[in-house]
Amino acid sequence: MDESLLIARGLCKSFGVIKAVNNAIIEVKANSITGLIGPNGAGKTTLFNLLSNFIQPDQGEVILEGKKIHKLQPYQIALAGCVRTFQVARVLSRLSVLENMLLASQQQIGEKFWQVWFKQKDIRRQERENKELAMSILEDIGLAAKVNDYAGVLSGGQRKLLEMGRALMTRPKLILLDEPAAGVNPTLIGEICEHIVTWNKQGISFLIIEHNMDVIMSLCDHVWVMAEGTNLADGTPEEIQNNSKVLEAYLGG
Amino acid sequence: MVEYIVFLTINAGLYSIFALGLNLQWGICGLINFGLVAFMILGAYTTVLLSVQGVPIILAVLIGAILAALLGLLIGLSTLRLREDYLAIVTIGVAEIVRLIVQNEEKLTRGTFGIQSFPLPLANWEPNIFFKLTLIIIVTSLTILTVSKVVKAIQKEWRHKKNTSASTPYYLIIIGILSIILVVVFYINGVLAISQYTYKVGLMVLELVILAFIYEGLEFLVNTPWGRVLKAIREDEEVVKALGKDVFSYKLQAFLLGGAIAGIAGSFFAWQLTAIYPTNFESIVTFNAWIIVVLGGAGSNAGTLLGSVIFWLYDSLTRFLPTIGFLTESQIGALRIMLIGLILIVLMMSRPQGILGKKEELTLNK
Repeated sequence: MDESLLIARGLCKSFGVIKAVNNAIIEVKANSITGLIGPNGAGKTTLFNLLSNFIQPDQGEVILEGKKIHKLQPYQIALAGCVRTFQVARVLSRLSVLENMLLASQQQIGEKFWQVWFKQKDIRRQERENKELAMSILEDIGLAAKVNDYAGVLSGGQRKLLEMGRALMTRPKLILLDEPAAGVNPTLIGEICEHIVTWNKQGISFLIIEHNMDVIMSLCDHVWVMAEGTNLADGTPEEIQNNSKVLEAYLGG
Repeated sequence: MVEYIVFLTINAGLYSIFALGLNLQWGICGLINFGLVAFMILGAYTTVLLSVQGVPIILAVLIGAILAALLGLLIGLSTLRLREDYLAIVTIGVAEIVRLIVQNEEKLTRGTFGIQSFPLPLANWEPNIFFKLTLIIIVTSLTILTVSKVVKAIQKEWRHKKNTSASTPYYLIIIGILSIILVVVFYINGVLAISQYTYKVGLMVLELVILAFIYEGLEFLVNTPWGRVLKAIREDEEVVKALGKDVFSYKLQAFLLGGAIAGIAGSFFAWQLTAIYPTNFESIVTFNAWIIVVLGGAGSNAGTLLGSVIFWLYDSLTRFLPTIGFLTESQIGALRIMLIGLILIVLMMSRPQGILGKKEELTLNK
């Protein structure tokens, strides 16, 4: 329970003279829900981009299950079991909700050009299995009725849900959620939180960036705080709530 | 007249093949290629030069397609990591470079003199009644296949439209009837042409068979998980990356395959012209393919075929415009091109998704 799934040490990234992330550290324990908070511009999303290598770090290392991943391509990091979502939910508009889900399945025989022609039977079987999994996830997140609609017609909150469902389809070990509750109505936020807890019980770890403190405090086992590109504090939600440095950073005191 | 329609069919067919390559690259995968004609040049010249040297024609075409694919690899490796607008700039540049090389190289491609005599497929074949019947059977089955596909597509759209909108989509019936009349006209003409066999008739049947294979192959591919990844890349490649797909490799595959298809179209282009010059391969050829894909509906293979037929019908019908009063012949020629621009503008305003595109897709916000 105490071993760490993801560790990042000494991450740095500058954009010109601005040090967006400066010597940041973060750790996600296995089977945990870890929070990442901080004022606007603290470098949280940049840190996410560094972890998933959408932006290459200038310095530092990222280790997933004991393996260094900071030199891997973003897609390889996803294959290694660490899947990210985006701050503004990005769905594939002109694909159906189901296609969005099916795309995310890993190890698809039918995604290889040569196998497409010769392994049609295996592909059909795999598609059937993936479809079942996709349907059960869509059932859970309440999008089953929209399965054949274009993803582009979904509302903002539904897009967030679809993005999470899609991340789940990759059967990841760790999901990086960037503001899952932003722009989502309170009822749906509650639902999203429930889903996260359920999925966590099934063995998936989460690293969550969120401004909604209720979400962070109710979900997270451990919280990391960033300010101005670097670590400010970390601890249990209770410790963070009572940490004077954190309060100062937020209230600008 | 019969001969003219055969000529028209060959042009529409080879542009269909060519534009299907573009549709795979741009319509399906979202890669902007303004230099598709470069692949066609490679296909055409390789086929011609090799077959002059005595290489069997089929082999020459295959090598041409492979070389075209390799050109795609070259362009792709150097640019596909860049943003899409850079790809557009690089491709148009490469097409001009390839054409200028062909134009200035005098030993191999004979520069501006072009190449006038080269082996043509089925050129000296004089089919007896049995082979003529075989040709008719081939053409008949292709026609039946096309008509059944048109009917099925219209039925599907009909059901879809009836479910989603209040008005009955009568225009679908009109489109359906018009396309079937068109197919039947081509068919009757084809049968007439076979009865008085010439080289062009053999070329037409051969091309239609190849076109059918390429079309079916692409339709199959687009609906596999492989095709799903390409479509997803068109929508948002960052998402696809985040889900663990090697986006670069898929883009490269689409680029290679589309290039190879354009190369095959080049072989047919050479056989249709029977003499090739560098001036046959100017950028306008690429943009004609763009007109065809946009007209038919980006992403739709069937739309691409329809777009090509409409494009060539327009081209040949307006060719016989009488000289109206004060306009000279060359002014009429310019007017035809202006008109196609106008038609495109009107189409983009009234039906921005193209003829067979899906309107719902346009209203989706990203």
